[in-house]
Amino acid sequence: MKALITFITGLLFGVGLAFSEMTNPAVVIGFLDITRNWNPSLLFVMVGAIAIGFIGYQIQKRRKKPLFDSSWSIPTRKDIDSPLIIGSILFGIGWGLSGYCPGPGLTALINNPSEGIIFVIALILGSGLFQVQSKLQTKPQ
Amino acid sequence: MENFILPLSGGLLIGVAATLYLLTTGKVVGISGIFAQALFNKERGLPILFIIGLILGGSTYGNLIPQHTDFPESRSTLLLIISGLLVGYGTRLGRGCTSGHGVCGISRLSPRSIIATLIFITSAIITVYFFNSI
Repeated sequence: MKALITFITGLLFGVGLAFSEMTNPAVVIGFLDITRNWNPSLLFVMVGAIAIGFIGYQIQKRRKKPLFDSSWSIPTRKDIDSPLIIGSILFGIGWGLSGYCPGPGLTALINNPSEGIIFVIALILGSGLFQVQSKLQTKPQ
Repeated sequence: MENFILPLSGGLLIGVAATLYLLTTGKVVGISGIFAQALFNKERGLPILFIIGLILGGSTYGNLIPQHTDFPESRSTLLLIISGLLVGYGTRLGRGCTSGHGVCGISRLSPRSIIATLIFITSAIITVYFFNSI
């Protein structure tokens, strides 16, 4: 059941991206290109998703535990540290360069494979680089 | 402005997916995080299933769902590699991307996510601006 729900969640999320055309980097770049032909699509996507998400969190607060797990595992940190700021700046530059963030980048494997395959390999390397770096940093202690 | 209906509906679907994931698994949907779990965690079965669903759902493009914008012409390999590396590394260092911080984080009014989202959108806007002017 847990596996089925996880798969359906991924599927729904992907269909949402396709519906809003967020799977097309041209639409995303259109949103980021505020000085020329600005395309506000992403704003509507965010408003729709956050409105439902907000209701979801109100329900979550009233429930003791999730349906298929024993406890909630939701981020609780509130501090603004330098990894958050530097990581977000680097992500923003990468996002602006191609118009792909992780979700749409992965769907490009099928939608636009000539770009998607290269992007996803680089995405894995970038994520792996962080993985290796954080392992090296935690080992000496 | 008739073209705000599809983005809004897509956003509502993404919100439903995020809420379903939250209330069943107890976790926040962050694509960068789930993808990293699918790659590097020992228990990677569920994250892999999620990613397969995401790719299948996202590729309904043009087949089931009408689209209005053409894909950009193929960009250079070097640009895609630099972009992928920065997105991969940056989302892990900053602990989230457009879904984790932008959707789920703002939905819970998390100050870290609101700041992160403002920063990555600004940094992406500046990048697009620079790219256009060269």
